[in-house]
Amino acid sequence: MTQSPDAPLALLAEITHRCPLQCPYCSNPLELERASNELDTASWKRVITEAAEMGMHQVHFSGGEPTVRKDLEDLIEHATEVGLYTNLITSGVLIDKARLRKFAELGLEHVQVSFQDTEAENADRIGGFAGGHEKKIAIAKKVRDVGLALTINAVVHRQNIEHVKDFIDMSVDLDAERLEVAQVQYYGWALKNRAAFIPTYEQLTDTTKIVDEARIRLKGILAIDYVVPDYYAKRPKTCMGGWGRRFMNVNPAGKALPCHAAESIPGLEFDSVRDNSLSWIWENSSAFQQYRGTAWMPEPCQSCDRKELDWGGCRCQAFALTGDAGNIDPACEMSPVHEETFGLAMKEASTEAPEFIYRRIGSDEEADAPVFADEPAE
Amino acid sequence: MADERLVLDETSVPDFPRGVKFRFNKAKEQWVILAPERLLEPDDIAVEVLKLCDGTATISTISDSLAEKFQAPVDTILSDVTEMLQDLADKGFLVA
Repeated sequence: MTQSPDAPLALLAEITHRCPLQCPYCSNPLELERASNELDTASWKRVITEAAEMGMHQVHFSGGEPTVRKDLEDLIEHATEVGLYTNLITSGVLIDKARLRKFAELGLEHVQVSFQDTEAENADRIGGFAGGHEKKIAIAKKVRDVGLALTINAVVHRQNIEHVKDFIDMSVDLDAERLEVAQVQYYGWALKNRAAFIPTYEQLTDTTKIVDEARIRLKGILAIDYVVPDYYAKRPKTCMGGWGRRFMNVNPAGKALPCHAAESIPGLEFDSVRDNSLSWIWENSSAFQQYRGTAWMPEPCQSCDRKELDWGGCRCQAFALTGDAGNIDPACEMSPVHEETFGLAMKEASTEAPEFIYRRIGSDEEADAPVFADEPAE
Repeated sequence: MADERLVLDETSVPDFPRGVKFRFNKAKEQWVILAPERLLEPDDIAVEVLKLCDGTATISTISDSLAEKFQAPVDTILSDVTEMLQDLADKGFLVA
């Protein structure tokens, strides 16, 4: 390290990996943390205080399903007290209006509700949770009733991509400020299920047209964030705003990660907030320093005029597709395996979608155990 | 957000909608606009404008104050301020 990095902008607090849904594209790692290993309330409060003291602006309470934790109220209240802007990233299926209202009273600003589809039957099949879609619609309306900002998060792939127009209409009907049309990104569970999810190039370009048109038509009414699968891109996405540049992710057990998928990269050593302060970790943790900045970059990244724009793309994707996290992100057309990756995706997209491998806590032998094997829901 | 696009003029009274906070970050000594999973870092001029967006002042009043404070022609200020605030409104960071 030659100099201390600027403070990060936001803390992604993955307060639990427990979740009643089993989405086969879940962004959590394949090895999920159990309830018994989760940080306690006091530790999370300390982490949140440290985040504010470092100058972070926002905290995102995420998971798993963050509302599984009964101390979420305490954490929201504390984050507000120390001056952080609080976001709740939820499936919405475990909360009622009274709890939402309590969150709002304690200072929560914004709720993001994820949807699996606009049609209940397909949505519930993808999420592996019967009745989920109906509950999500109901809770999204209640987010409005209690006066909170609402984002609809639509995870889009070949099994629902035809409904992007409906997602847009649904978001307007629900009076959301914002819609995220997020194409599945292929790490962890989603990579296992890639052939079931990856859209064709034609599906992707049709969707882009729909989104572009809606952005103009709904200017000032609905903001639409659009994330494309970068398998079909020419240049990689600016993943996490650059490794160790913008965000800190703390997992349920207290491990501080440069991104939520970082544990998929072998050989990185993650420091825990149980042992060190957030600011110490930000400045000193080897995992954060490994791919921070540009010094680690191979050629042609090193000579690329975009190296401080996309910061080399995504390390987890580089590892997943090339076996070395230090390689060029294959999403970049300069990567020697870019064409091969593109070709593979096209092939998968044009063959019949395989069955899902659903997200479960526990090893394969325990795959049929209840989702809440560690602790009953309520 | 809204049923239709908001178009600002000098009689509009700009304010921050639910979920949007204009706030001073003490640790960074920096004014920021915080919104759902978003962050804006307004420049010094924008900060001066936004400090006057209190939900009671019209764009006309705000422009008058700034013209006086910075000894600048009010017509220019009014047009710049309206344009800046319209851009924020279009992105969902402002209501009126």
